[in-house]
Amino acid sequence: MKKLLILGAGTSGTMMANHMVKKLPREDWDITIVDQYKTHYYQPGFLFLPFDLYKSKDVKKKGENFIPRGVNYVLQKIDKIVPEKNQVILEKEILSYDILIIATGTKIFPGEVEGMKGPKWYKNIFDFYTYEGAKALRNKLREWEGGKLVVHISEMPIKCPVAPLEFAFLADSYFINKKMRDKVDITFVTPMGGAFTKPKATKALHYLLEGKNIKEVTDFAIERVDYENNKIYDYGGQEVEYDLLVTVPPNLGDPVIERSGLGDDMNFVPTHKATLQSKAHKNIFVIGDASNLPASKAGSVAHFEAEILEENILRYIKGEPLKEEFDGHANCFIETGHGKALLIDFNYTHEPVEGTFPFPGVGPLKLLKESRMNHFGKLAFRWIYWNMLLKGTHIPFVSATMSESGKHFEKED
Amino acid sequence: MEKVINGKTVKVNEEGYLTDLSQWDKKIAVELAKEKGIEMTDKHWEVIDYIQNKYKSEEPLSIRGIKKSGVINIKEFYDLFPGGPLKVSTLIAGIPKPKSCM
Repeated sequence: MKKLLILGAGTSGTMMANHMVKKLPREDWDITIVDQYKTHYYQPGFLFLPFDLYKSKDVKKKGENFIPRGVNYVLQKIDKIVPEKNQVILEKEILSYDILIIATGTKIFPGEVEGMKGPKWYKNIFDFYTYEGAKALRNKLREWEGGKLVVHISEMPIKCPVAPLEFAFLADSYFINKKMRDKVDITFVTPMGGAFTKPKATKALHYLLEGKNIKEVTDFAIERVDYENNKIYDYGGQEVEYDLLVTVPPNLGDPVIERSGLGDDMNFVPTHKATLQSKAHKNIFVIGDASNLPASKAGSVAHFEAEILEENILRYIKGEPLKEEFDGHANCFIETGHGKALLIDFNYTHEPVEGTFPFPGVGPLKLLKESRMNHFGKLAFRWIYWNMLLKGTHIPFVSATMSESGKHFEKED
Repeated sequence: MEKVINGKTVKVNEEGYLTDLSQWDKKIAVELAKEKGIEMTDKHWEVIDYIQNKYKSEEPLSIRGIKKSGVINIKEFYDLFPGGPLKVSTLIAGIPKPKSCM
């Protein structure tokens, strides 16, 4: 009996379990998935939880409901991967594998920034990248009377890179609806050159910041949080004052990757960007946020990767060359507040542009433009996530690699 | 777009970043640095060399990576390339600046 072992039962791992169980003959292959937590979170919902737009039950379900029959589901902590022996050491047992899929994701590490995870953590400093953080922030916002709201990114890369900007947009709506927008000053602080970093998006969307009166502080690489005086400082000498700091702490790969000596500077696993095979070991594949691919860390990316990884694992088993097909495709709805959203569709080489999606020239969704339809798309996505995406069902009309038709690309100059 | 730097025509994007690293040379880097008010020193070259190698081996650039590299600490990095060291150093190195998804 051969063994396929999947580490991590989040979005990527669960999808791969569903993909592979349909493809690998049961008499030859034993499939096991390992995770330490029994809850599966709908992470995109963490953006809505602080604003009372989603309830807890919308974003958490039992993980086992999504693990297909025929797959062994092991709830244990992972201590270490030992590639030389094709083994993974768990807290209570050792599992061996013929093929390993690493889907251990990325986590926030607020302890990496001086003063962030101090006495004011979850008092007036919050994250919204965890269920606990988003919920604590919701409780804070319910009673907050206003002041300086600073939405902050510590360092790149982060999971779902636009989420902080969406947070700022939704905060604007939230305080307008609560009739207290005049009491709230919103500032967006980023380590990059701007809230938008690509030319087309900057041109098409910068009006959103002005229109919503959101201030922008750029090139801010945080050095420390002065939680006693409510200020953040950067290495270049800039300082920003806050009353409420909503930060995205450094995102790093899982510590198990570091313990196993498989990671880069940020504990992400060096991975071939078109095949998803790890660079160090041929029988280890990496999917989702755990890899070091120059793609966005997002569920849609993992979904497109899964379709290609399924095929590459089957090819690997047959001894055929792997398909160099993954193009970094991402497709994301971006909330802009007041019941509207944007949609962006892009890959390694093409920045988001305007156009129609998924049907060229028809839509019904518009790319890089605000619309109500896009907002409904984002809300519908929660259903798609639980009922189609996790189960590895192909989303109709949306291919794993990016389509260039219906998009307003300029001719290469 | 094209730009003439130190008598040589190179391809650049709308923000002035070289789009083809093979067109880069040290003289071009010196000129690009001057535009940013930077006089290149040995330490600058060491950093440029490091980030170009990262780029060539397709490894992502990050402040944390720089910190762990042993080449330079973050304070020095800011002193050498004021006003956004990753943004400025990548421009001089002839490689794309770090971007988000939009």
